[in-house]
Amino acid sequence: MREPVREPVISFQNVSKSYAFYKQISGIKNFAFNLHRSLASIRNAQYEALRDISFDVYKGENFGIIGHNGAGKSTALGLIAGVLEPTRGRVVVRGRISPLLALGAGFHQELTGRENIILNGVLMGLTRREIMTKVDEIIDFAELGEFIDSPIRVYSRGMLARLGFAVVASLDPEILLIDEILGVGDIRFQKKCQEKMLNFKESGVTLLLVTHSIASIAKLCDRVLWIEDHVVKMIGDPYEIAEQYCKAAGVEVDLGTPTQGTLSTTSL
Amino acid sequence: MASVDVKWANVKGKLQHYGSNRTLESYRDLMLVLVQKELKVRYNNKVLGYLWSIANPLASALIYYVAFKVLMRVQIEDYPLVLISGVFPWQWFTNAVGSSTGLFVGNASIIKKVNFPKQVVPLSAGLNHLIHFMVSLPVILLFLFIFNESPTLSWLYGLPLLLSIQFVMVYGISLMIASINVFLRDLERLVGIILHFVFYVTPILYPLENLPPRFQDALYFNPVAPLMVSWRELILHGKIDLINILVSLGYALLFLGIGSWVYRKLSWKFAEVI
Ligand SMILES: Nc1ncnc2c1ncn2[C@@H]1O[C@H](COP(=O)(O)OP(=O)(O)OP(=O)(O)O)[C@@H](O)[C@H]1O
Ligand SMILES: [Mg+2]
Repeated sequence: MREPVREPVISFQNVSKSYAFYKQISGIKNFAFNLHRSLASIRNAQYEALRDISFDVYKGENFGIIGHNGAGKSTALGLIAGVLEPTRGRVVVRGRISPLLALGAGFHQELTGRENIILNGVLMGLTRREIMTKVDEIIDFAELGEFIDSPIRVYSRGMLARLGFAVVASLDPEILLIDEILGVGDIRFQKKCQEKMLNFKESGVTLLLVTHSIASIAKLCDRVLWIEDHVVKMIGDPYEIAEQYCKAAGVEVDLGTPTQGTLSTTSL
Repeated sequence: MASVDVKWANVKGKLQHYGSNRTLESYRDLMLVLVQKELKVRYNNKVLGYLWSIANPLASALIYYVAFKVLMRVQIEDYPLVLISGVFPWQWFTNAVGSSTGLFVGNASIIKKVNFPKQVVPLSAGLNHLIHFMVSLPVILLFLFIFNESPTLSWLYGLPLLLSIQFVMVYGISLMIASINVFLRDLERLVGIILHFVFYVTPILYPLENLPPRFQDALYFNPVAPLMVSWRELILHGKIDLINILVSLGYALLFLGIGSWVYRKLSWKFAEVI
């Protein structure tokens, strides 16, 4: 029987996601001249990035996702964020989701840091009044100094990550999606983010963390999903999975012991 | 691993989101912020932006005046007014439609990252162009006064009517073009060519009356012609022709329908293709 009390905040039920290969039809000219081929290619050429994935995430959990490059981790986050639609299966999400925090999928280049904070807030569904009460807190947390009023195209990658994390962490989300961006922050900021993420548990925020840093998986997460070749390989205890994952990859990583939790903060 | 209901395995994919409750106020703020963003990105400076939105149609009108009146000596009464009343509304239309290809593609970074009602992007762009046209209306008035004409009372209802019709039409077309452009990126050139063609088969450089009668009726097949004719009738003569209005409204709603349909069919794939 299932556990009756806890209702999952995020639930994947036999989810598959395929991408079509659109490269043959990059433009109208090609599309029109190869109409038959183009239509066929949309229908047939599919690449399955996730196959029959099922898992549940509960309120307040820090849930990690690991897997090698191209395994489908970002795809899973995209499905949760609601920007991608599953090909088969069902994705159920309950709660207000933060904008997906990922490298590349950034802010608007020409706007200043401050304007991007507001843009992100309204995109998330907050009103300007709600955002204005939090702007100062966000700016404080990001510690960008006077750069907050410069267009973000002049920001460094670490500065973008700072702004991104400060925004999603402070805009009062119920579900937070973080895709491999904290590694570019400096050690002090990483420490700050770690503390914030550990605090989420008390405030009932659910965190989904995709990262290649085994140490932060082990330190921050309650449970971990390991995606291998687009299917679920393992799901469960972070230390156990981290160990197996490293063994499978042929890499040795010292995680410390779970009871002591003596991980260096520099390795997030 | 709790609920593994195998019954979902072969069903078409389904996405259910609860708890992202957007209020009317949050929609309004989303629009406001996007409109501001567009303005900022396009001009960076409000005063200069205003000047550009007037300079552009004015310069076009001047060029046509030199080409057709001074050099080719066409015999049309009050030709500057004819040009102004045609070129200003047309510039609104062509600027809005011409730049619509980039609406979704240009906002890739936010479309990939958060699920929001993406129609607000063309909607806010449309509002932006509407505002630009409205702030250029004083220039049209100025020309009327220079030529000893003045707006009539019919502007009171004619203006909002035409503004709304053109806004809806522009929005519908933009929504359609912006959505298709996500998949077929060279649409921009095709749109440019079509706009160029439509410009010449629409009474913008010449009044409707200069066309042979059999062509005048054919203009009903041109979606923008009745609208542009209405603008000129209103600005020059203070007249509203019911048939032209109804036909324009029909086309506007048709484009709104097509645009919404195309958007609905394609929008869920934006984030993977963009
Ligand atoms: N928009 C897309 N169109 C086509 N294929 C895609 C698209 N996005 C991802 N893929 C493919 O789907 C697979 C999974 O991609 P995904 O980005 O989810 O990997 P990932 O686990 O996040 O990898 P990484 O660790 O490198 O970030 C990859 O093989 C990728 O090529
Ligand atoms: Mg990824």
